[in-house]
Amino acid sequence: MLRYIAIRALSLSLSLVVASVVIFALIEVIPGDPASFMLGLNATDETLAALRTELGLDGSKLERYFAWIGGMLTGDFGTSYTYRVPVAELVLDRIWVSLPLAIYALTLSTLIAFPVGILAAANRGGALDYGVMGGTQLGIAIPNFWFAMLLVLLFAVTLQWFSAGGFPGWENPGAAIKSLTLPAIALALPQASILARVMRSALLETLGQDYIRTARAKGLTRRQAVLRHALKNALIPVLTIIGLQFSFLLAGAIIIENVFFLPGLGRLIFQGITQRDLVVVESVTMLLVFAVIVVTFLVDIAYAIVDPRLRRR
Amino acid sequence: MRRLPKALVIGAVISAAFLAIALVSLVWTPHPVTGVSISERLQPPSAAYVLGTDQLGRDLASMLMIGAQTSIAVALIAVGIGIGLGVPLGLAAAANRGSLLDEIIMRGNDLIFAFPSLVIAILITARYGPSATNAILAIGIFNIPVFARVARGGALPLWTLDYILAARTAGKGRARISVEHILPNIMNLLIVQATIQFSLGILAEAALSYVGLGAQPPTPSWGRMLAEAQTMIYTHPMLAILPGLAIVVMVLGLNLLGDGLRDALDPRLRRRLA
Repeated sequence: MLRYIAIRALSLSLSLVVASVVIFALIEVIPGDPASFMLGLNATDETLAALRTELGLDGSKLERYFAWIGGMLTGDFGTSYTYRVPVAELVLDRIWVSLPLAIYALTLSTLIAFPVGILAAANRGGALDYGVMGGTQLGIAIPNFWFAMLLVLLFAVTLQWFSAGGFPGWENPGAAIKSLTLPAIALALPQASILARVMRSALLETLGQDYIRTARAKGLTRRQAVLRHALKNALIPVLTIIGLQFSFLLAGAIIIENVFFLPGLGRLIFQGITQRDLVVVESVTMLLVFAVIVVTFLVDIAYAIVDPRLRRR
Repeated sequence: MRRLPKALVIGAVISAAFLAIALVSLVWTPHPVTGVSISERLQPPSAAYVLGTDQLGRDLASMLMIGAQTSIAVALIAVGIGIGLGVPLGLAAAANRGSLLDEIIMRGNDLIFAFPSLVIAILITARYGPSATNAILAIGIFNIPVFARVARGGALPLWTLDYILAARTAGKGRARISVEHILPNIMNLLIVQATIQFSLGILAEAALSYVGLGAQPPTPSWGRMLAEAQTMIYTHPMLAILPGLAIVVMVLGLNLLGDGLRDALDPRLRRRLA
């Protein structure tokens, strides 16, 4: 087990190194000068030179890369050019919107997908199964930002149950959760559709196994066989998808946070892009990629604990 | 004659309809979409404007038609990039199984999969300027590992078969075998995957142009139509509903087509249905 974790950890660090090189290269190396990109066409030579010094662009590309990575490792993510505050401060400020939103959406998605997938598998070929399969097809096809707009139209404009956007802060937890509800539903729907389909097919796969027949033969009802034996074994592919979905939720949040004007990491990146604040964009993107890669790593380890066969591979 | 899966027929009809609309829009739309006429703004549906007009007085039906063209063009070229680069990589990896090349290609693929693709696409379009071309590149790059993986996975079991051994004894090289014997036999897999990536490409293009990083004005695109309609959702909800519906129906059609093709092309499944 330790050996397995060590190998996975090695591949994790390798992924992080390559990811950081790619992000750095995209932003700083090819083609054009970040300083003139940030300041636009009308910048004078003096302001350009000043910004270059501030960003440390005078050094070689290799020096800049190591300065950036060294900073990231010690919690120094650079200073935002537009906000004039350390990026770490901005991130700490906004992670309390993005993280709860992602967890909220993931919870909703799982809570919807599990019963729906199980019901569909248990009624394979029945009307309920067809309904679920049709409904999830639709769920996958809907862009989450458009679904978000429809939610606003129905619940904020017509029914006026929720506000159309904004975030009141965590001083009032009830209001904070309420303001994250529509965004979480918008993020969760497509993910729940995918997850329900995976749950259904994984369950159908295990329901065809011999040990389920044995369980039925020794007198368990279909319901008992599903809940006691099939479900546990069907969870492995489902867990993989849940792990992968975390990255979709983070990426999806960039867009959804913009629909609802939520001050989260996604909106921070997006504002960084529109204000050409490359320091913010570079560091926050790296943080997101870091989160995704670490979650993938944790999911891998979780498997090995659930399924000992995987350790030997 | 075998009966075709229902999903295949419905999906094919929807996809063909959108393709036809996009092709027609190349030569004809009910109204030009580049002109702005404020006097005609926000008209309800009428004989002159079937679906009404938007905030700049442009005909909504014409905008939607050209939007189909934009979506299809972006997704199609992005899939082309994925196939053009991914399939040769996957075939090469399978032909040299276990080699350093195989290892590098597959590890590189794992890495791209670990990236949140939309974040990187946003990064690319943000740094190199928002445009349809950069959106295509950003979406296309993530199609490469998908097709490499499918091609490799499909090709590996084929390499163990007798007819490949026969081809090798006949003196054909690995590259020639890959092209002449492996490729035709994994075509089914590639076609199904292409349909799936095409529909994902439509969604990605919509998302990128929604945040302003896709095709630029005055080229109409469904994503940007949604972004522009957002502020008017209170007064003119149809402006926000129609482009979204177009995306959903097109993506739904492509997904059904992909599912149907998979069922129709998978011989194992076919036997079970017969």
